Amino acid sequence: MTLPSNPTDFTLADARAAVSSKKISSRELTGAFVKAVEAARPLNAFVTETPDRALEMAAASDARIAKGDIRPLEGLPLAIKDLFCTKGVRTTAGSNILSNFVPPYESTVSQNLWDAGAVMLGKTNMDEFAMGSSNETSNFGPVTSPWRARASNAKMVPGGSSGGSAASVAANLCLAATGTDTGGSIRQPAAVTGTVGIKPTYGRCSRWGIVAFASSLDQAGPMTRTVRDAAILLKAMASVDPKDSTSVDMPVPDYEAGLEAGVKGLRIGIPKEYRVDGAPPEIDALWSQGAEWLRAQGAEIVEVSLPHTKYALPTYYIVAPAEASSNLARYDGVRYGHRAKDARDITDLYEKSRGEGFGSEVKRRILIGTYVLSSGYYDAYYLRAQKLRTLIARDFTQAFQKCDVLLTPATPGPAFAIGEKTADPVSMYLNDVFTVTVNLAGLPGLSVPAGLTAGGLPLGLQLIGKAFDEATVLRVGRAVETAANFTAKPERWWRAA
Amino acid sequence: MSVDKDTVRRIAKLARLALEEERVEPMVQELNGILNWVEQLKEVNVDGVAPLTSVVEQRLKMRDDVVTDGNVADALMVNAPGGEDHFFIVPKVVE
Repeated sequence: MTLPSNPTDFTLADARAAVSSKKISSRELTGAFVKAVEAARPLNAFVTETPDRALEMAAASDARIAKGDIRPLEGLPLAIKDLFCTKGVRTTAGSNILSNFVPPYESTVSQNLWDAGAVMLGKTNMDEFAMGSSNETSNFGPVTSPWRARASNAKMVPGGSSGGSAASVAANLCLAATGTDTGGSIRQPAAVTGTVGIKPTYGRCSRWGIVAFASSLDQAGPMTRTVRDAAILLKAMASVDPKDSTSVDMPVPDYEAGLEAGVKGLRIGIPKEYRVDGAPPEIDALWSQGAEWLRAQGAEIVEVSLPHTKYALPTYYIVAPAEASSNLARYDGVRYGHRAKDARDITDLYEKSRGEGFGSEVKRRILIGTYVLSSGYYDAYYLRAQKLRTLIARDFTQAFQKCDVLLTPATPGPAFAIGEKTADPVSMYLNDVFTVTVNLAGLPGLSVPAGLTAGGLPLGLQLIGKAFDEATVLRVGRAVETAANFTAKPERWWRAA
Repeated sequence: MSVDKDTVRRIAKLARLALEEERVEPMVQELNGILNWVEQLKEVNVDGVAPLTSVVEQRLKMRDDVVTDGNVADALMVNAPGGEDHFFIVPKVVE
């Protein structure tokens, strides 16, 4: 194996091999990433950097490696989305209301990573409470994508809500990062930053200790530079957790094992409803190219139908705000979080603390959620949306009788400029048109970088699998990755500043 | 269906969310934009369709009803914006 000369260019798999065989110490590797994170501050990808903790954790890993006691992610530096509670390290969820919150406990997913030997570089920026598709709703300012369109200096969004994680992975500020995905928040930013992201089946990763947005949709997953790295990190993140009653009692398979098995004999479904009006022709072309790549490797391509696809986004924008309005009721200015000064009485304290603590997108969703759950409107909106959700899930069940995995575009277009879509909420929501169906049905979805637009911006393809069949999704993703041979990297313009 | 200013004020009250008066009218526009867009769900016949309550077929897990955690009052108070000893301080609730 030949390793890149710069350790920050390592994949997670490269670094695992190099660290465990003592070609590089974890301290040296971690030190290189700490410097990269500092040099990339113009991207605003991190809300909190934890260099001291990183170097301490790296030293502890080096001591274990010296003794031959090596765990699966020993000494490997990662970035953690600021939605995962980290004990003793501020966790903001991108919100003013949690801007001083220091959890006294650790999320199960991040604990699993530390138990596997990983090193924490810091907490990544994100849309407030994961509500956004461009990382522009963060209380800590937008993240700037490392990618720029050809011959342009315009600042582009990295997608969202896991925009800081996506930007960090794309800019080689960490080996890999964690994300969460409620309607596309891993896969959409991965697609527009040329990185890999998988949202596993609902219940695969514990939600315990992850700041809740919409509990029937939220799932954690890895964001990486390669499909193999996603397989490695997903295995480490996933677990059966008694602290989350929706965590599923199924052993976590070794996702790496079958990665190179190829797609020969697999049936790949192409859902015809994923062709949307007004999408750039590049999206359709890439999608056809993806099908051709898989056909050439021995897969059978079958057309399938998911007839309720067009109703997925509006269904989501009833269900998710409804759950959010309930989940976010806990921020009351009493037990933790921002508290308004000079409140007249307890109700005034709640209203002012929440009014000052939440940003405008979060307020909008709390109000929509409260409205659709309110007396007289529940049946017309919420109950109808839950029925639509049944129909959307049924579409997938029927499609999977004809195929093993679905291939779709990951996003309706490439990254856009910061500020371009903030004026109209609905036009922002449309960025998740291809990803949101998967959350509503609880299925695993993977975004793989597949090409560049004529303007030089990344595009991804999405693979959707049957419940708990992440292994096949990753295997097909590996086949797409091999054929696409996506090697483009953003220029490191932020270092010149 | 669409909302007016009074409805927005009412749901803001239900949500315990202070909304500045100058934000009420823009919020009416924004919420109606979203509500008009979700109207399309009315096209679908949902007669006889059960609402989806769980995406993964799994029986709710049960465990023994025993204490597995506790005695963490100090940790729980660390983030309280108004706290004294093991009490959360709030404005007077009962006269």
